[in-house]
Amino acid sequence: MHETTPPPGATAPVFYEQEEHAHGDGGTLFGFWIYLMGDSLIFAVLFATYGVLGRNYAAGPSGADLFDLRLVAVNTSLLLLSSITYGFAMLEMDRDRIRQTLAWLAVTGLFGAAFVGIELYEFSHLISEGATPQRSAFLSSFFALVGTHGLHVTFGILWLITLMVQVRRRGLILENQRRLMCLSMFWHFLDVVWIGVFTFVYLIGVMR
Amino acid sequence: MSEVAEPGAAGEPHGKSQVHGEHHAHGAQGTFRSYMTGFILSVILTAIPFWLVMGDVLGDARTTSIVVIALAAAQIVVHMIYFLHMNTKSEGGWTFLALLFTLILVVITLVGSIWVMYHMDQNMMPMSPHEALQRP
Repeated sequence: MHETTPPPGATAPVFYEQEEHAHGDGGTLFGFWIYLMGDSLIFAVLFATYGVLGRNYAAGPSGADLFDLRLVAVNTSLLLLSSITYGFAMLEMDRDRIRQTLAWLAVTGLFGAAFVGIELYEFSHLISEGATPQRSAFLSSFFALVGTHGLHVTFGILWLITLMVQVRRRGLILENQRRLMCLSMFWHFLDVVWIGVFTFVYLIGVMR
Repeated sequence: MSEVAEPGAAGEPHGKSQVHGEHHAHGAQGTFRSYMTGFILSVILTAIPFWLVMGDVLGDARTTSIVVIALAAAQIVVHMIYFLHMNTKSEGGWTFLALLFTLILVVITLVGSIWVMYHMDQNMMPMSPHEALQRP
């Protein structure tokens, strides 16, 4: 064993990983991407459940009776606007402008909070009408799918606030840039999931 | 000092990778132009399905469903390209490969579940809600 140890003064072995760290982020962004892929499997299962149970009304209300598409349209716009404002935050981050980055992040958070607020209003309205998750298989799968998405957005907002504090205290250091890029992927991913939700649950739901 | 020559030669790609990392932290995010393109396309691809359904433009639920799903698929692609900066080259193509793999799993989950459960539903003995309540 010790024969392979280089004697003092000789050339020390140089270790460098060209391939693995070619992007300088230690693979975090790719790892986060893999997490998002796993998360989309969760949503795939919830969508499949909704697809199977979505018409089992148990003589209760259907989507056509319950959904208010104007509210959904407002929510969709809010989420889309929050996506573009997060994009603007990333562009300001590229220019190393802390104040503008924080401002756009705050706008994104407000849009996200408005989205969650309207969704909670919708849920409470449904529940007050007796359309609770216990009412029918359709409503169970509806609340499971839309609720999981809403929970994701809620945690996204908490993460956003955490990062705003981080950026305020430490500035736009490389670590914070990496974190903001992860949240960027998370946020845009949630908007992608919402496309599936408003299409399959709401738009097709009211036509039945 | 003679050893410096060797790490120096090795240091070249190392230095390069650091420049690369810097570039990645700044460059991979797209431009104002690309974000706006994605946003405008998304607005159009969102407005059309809502208009089709809320205005009952096509008059036929089946046709409307197909069109709405096609528009949703198009919008997902737009988001992938302009917001998530998806391409076939980042991380040496592994990001794209992971996406393809996930897509296959998602399609198997969705189509498989709905197909199997639909046929099972068809093959069950017909039973009215009243009969279901009276079951022993």
